[in-house]
Amino acid sequence: MAPVAPRSGDAIFANVERVNAELFTLTYGAIVRQLLTDLEEVEEVNKQLDQMGYNIGIRLIDEFLAKSNVSRCVDFKETAEVIAKVGFKMFLGVTASVTNWDADGTCCSIVLEDNPLVDFVELPDTCQGLYYCNILSGVIRGALEMVSMKTEVTWLRDMLRGDDAFELQVKLLKQVPEEYPYKDDE
Amino acid sequence: MAAIYSLYIINKSGGLIFYKDYGSAGRMDTNDSLRMASLWHSMHAISQQLSPISGCSGIELLQADTFDLHCFQSLTGTKFFVVCEPGTLHMEGLLKHIYELYTDYVLKNPFYEMEMPIRCELFDINLSQAIQKDRVALLGR
Repeated sequence: MAPVAPRSGDAIFANVERVNAELFTLTYGAIVRQLLTDLEEVEEVNKQLDQMGYNIGIRLIDEFLAKSNVSRCVDFKETAEVIAKVGFKMFLGVTASVTNWDADGTCCSIVLEDNPLVDFVELPDTCQGLYYCNILSGVIRGALEMVSMKTEVTWLRDMLRGDDAFELQVKLLKQVPEEYPYKDDE
Repeated sequence: MAAIYSLYIINKSGGLIFYKDYGSAGRMDTNDSLRMASLWHSMHAISQQLSPISGCSGIELLQADTFDLHCFQSLTGTKFFVVCEPGTLHMEGLLKHIYELYTDYVLKNPFYEMEMPIRCELFDINLSQAIQKDRVALLGR
């Protein structure tokens, strides 16, 4: 049977059920506000958002793989392109771009011009250390971990802090393929 | 007629998380099905090492005289395999569809714990519908 060709982000986004953008923004905002009330420390909230994102990412990856039909990526460059062009489009309806590759090809930046999570949001002075969209860094980290890549995802630019775009740095720490201990007998 | 005997889903560590049998032939008790799952997990892994070409993704089809075994492994390491009558067609499509049902009714259930046995009623219902539709499609020819 001929392999099914991978679908573009636009095609998948057009076919999935969608939700009202305001409801999405309001729900996310309610989560962040509740975390701030419960945890009080901005650092704790950042950590919790990342953890929540991680828990989403580990489940989201199979959904992504099932709906998009992408085959195994050859290298990390392809992985980053797929995340930016297909992944972000499919789940958030926005296209991101990949820039700033380092010499090894293990570290890059994913830049988002548009971000539905932050519509209508302004950070007050009391929350200046808050990474409002930290859930996204957790999602990417969790998703990549399930396909054997340990990564570190951090924010370089954040529009809520005055920058001109959202920039996520994704750094591949190591590839950890499933190892089977059959060589132990030697 | 062409029929499915059983369906197994194995997590990435080789543990059986779902088993369903569909015929009176080849019924297995819990212990046997667990054993079968870990055996298959090991064989699948060994087959990747045996391949003369690197980048092999493991056994996709095993044909014996009394059954066929079709296996689909997702990029996350979860394996879906079905034991069916020899010559049954469209099993790859069915496995892909079952993968989609898994991502919907199992993974999106917030109370399902990852890598644990699947106990999701919605998954069972939709799976039965999918298998039924497949059976009807095959018999209809």
